[in-house]
Amino acid sequence: MTSELLPEFTTPAIDVRGLHKHFGQNEVLKGIDFHVDPGQVVCVIGPSGSGKSTLLRCVNRLEEPTSGEILIEGIDICDPEVDLDDVRSRIGMVFQQFNLFPHLSVLKNLTLAQRTVRGRGKGEAVEIARQNLAKVGLSEKEAAYPAHLSGGQQQRVAIARALSMNPDMMLFDEPTSALDPELVGDVLAVMKDLASEGMTMMVVTHEMGFAREVGNKLVFMDGGVVVEEGRPADVLSNPQHERTQAFLSKVL
Amino acid sequence: MKRTTRTRLVRYGVNLAIVLVLLALALVADWGVIKQNFWNPLGVALSDGNWGDLITIGALNTIKYTVIAFAGGLVLAVVLALMRMSPIATLRWIATVYVEFFRGLPALVVILFMGFGVPIAFQWSPPGGLVGAGLLALIMVAGAYMAETLRAGIQAVPKGQTEAARSLGMGPMSTMFKVVLPQAFRVVIPPLTNEFVLLIKDTALLSVIGAEFNGRELTNVARDFQSSGPSAGTATSLVQAALLYLVITIPLTQLVAWLERRQRKATR
Repeated sequence: MTSELLPEFTTPAIDVRGLHKHFGQNEVLKGIDFHVDPGQVVCVIGPSGSGKSTLLRCVNRLEEPTSGEILIEGIDICDPEVDLDDVRSRIGMVFQQFNLFPHLSVLKNLTLAQRTVRGRGKGEAVEIARQNLAKVGLSEKEAAYPAHLSGGQQQRVAIARALSMNPDMMLFDEPTSALDPELVGDVLAVMKDLASEGMTMMVVTHEMGFAREVGNKLVFMDGGVVVEEGRPADVLSNPQHERTQAFLSKVL
Repeated sequence: MKRTTRTRLVRYGVNLAIVLVLLALALVADWGVIKQNFWNPLGVALSDGNWGDLITIGALNTIKYTVIAFAGGLVLAVVLALMRMSPIATLRWIATVYVEFFRGLPALVVILFMGFGVPIAFQWSPPGGLVGAGLLALIMVAGAYMAETLRAGIQAVPKGQTEAARSLGMGPMSTMFKVVLPQAFRVVIPPLTNEFVLLIKDTALLSVIGAEFNGRELTNVARDFQSSGPSAGTATSLVQAALLYLVITIPLTQLVAWLERRQRKATR
């Protein structure tokens, strides 16, 4: 990890201030304040349409915020001077639908951005790719194409692809929601390993068990606002807000 | 009457009618003239070398011109397709006008225009003489058609692919050329092969503006044999050219069909 990229420890990895997002007339984020400290795992839960995925997608500006500030390691990424591609290369992202590149082998999926963005040579890129494939337990699949992998395997490859860029933090957008139930465990195990290594993580999820066990903080969103946040065990067992209680009573 | 019986009777009736029409045509036709025009001189032509020029000059140039027009058209199409999806409105507008303009004109008109209109109006001749001018015209027309095909292919690539590439820090250009276009090309290989077959046939239009002896494509060679040589005054050389076109195009149309079948299987 390159230490000069990390400002002093107290600067949040992700710091969202007064974030609003409109899709046409529809306001999906109504003033969000949200932060993730370095090394923390923050889980975001809430009903569908609550704006939790939009919030996560604003963090690397896959969605353009309507107003508000987004600071990544202290740098406002909405500033037009900021090199957005550079910022994104330091934020790993994992999608609900995996989004592996179907025309490339697993190994090429992991080396493409390393070579085009990081400018790494082939040997170095392959070496880093293999380390990360080993980490997600799929070393033997490096020559396979995504279509020949199960959903769980594809998602683990997607995690390895993001890790191959040596990101400072990882965003997970409902990483297990598209998986068959029996495949969820493998992906969550990889995420848990990652958390125990100290990776900064923002996880939009419906996996309450993961949130309770791995998360440092739990954020409950509804209707485009943060309704409640706190230690996962506290929020899950003793929700203070009525809407949180209603949501948890349905999913737990 | 049962429905199956009636269906069978209708089928017999149709077949009988077809046989009767063919018989009538065979009786009415003047076989002497037909043979004279299409078949008889074939033997003469064969020995006198029609086939030689038709194949080594005509068919080869047809293939060469098709490949040039296709390659040029494809490059133009990529540029036009990217322009049509550009965030810059002026580029979109220019590409749209271009595509609508050249898709709306007969290729023959564009060829005549490039061959005879442009040199007079602009005091400038496209390189490669009349053939070069004709090829440029074919490139301009083919580019317009293929741009639309490519755009459809690019838009068929899921948005998540672009998002994944951009989230890794890849810029818009490397995302387009390394992630989106390779996938788009797979989708459009059957329609592009089809466009290739259409281009083979469109090269015949080049015969209207003329070419040097060794630069003539298949139709041009065939037409020259209509006016001179042992089969002059007959359609023999046209029949020969037609056979050569089919030898080139039928394997390709079969290839398109095979590619489409394979793709349907792959996407299922």
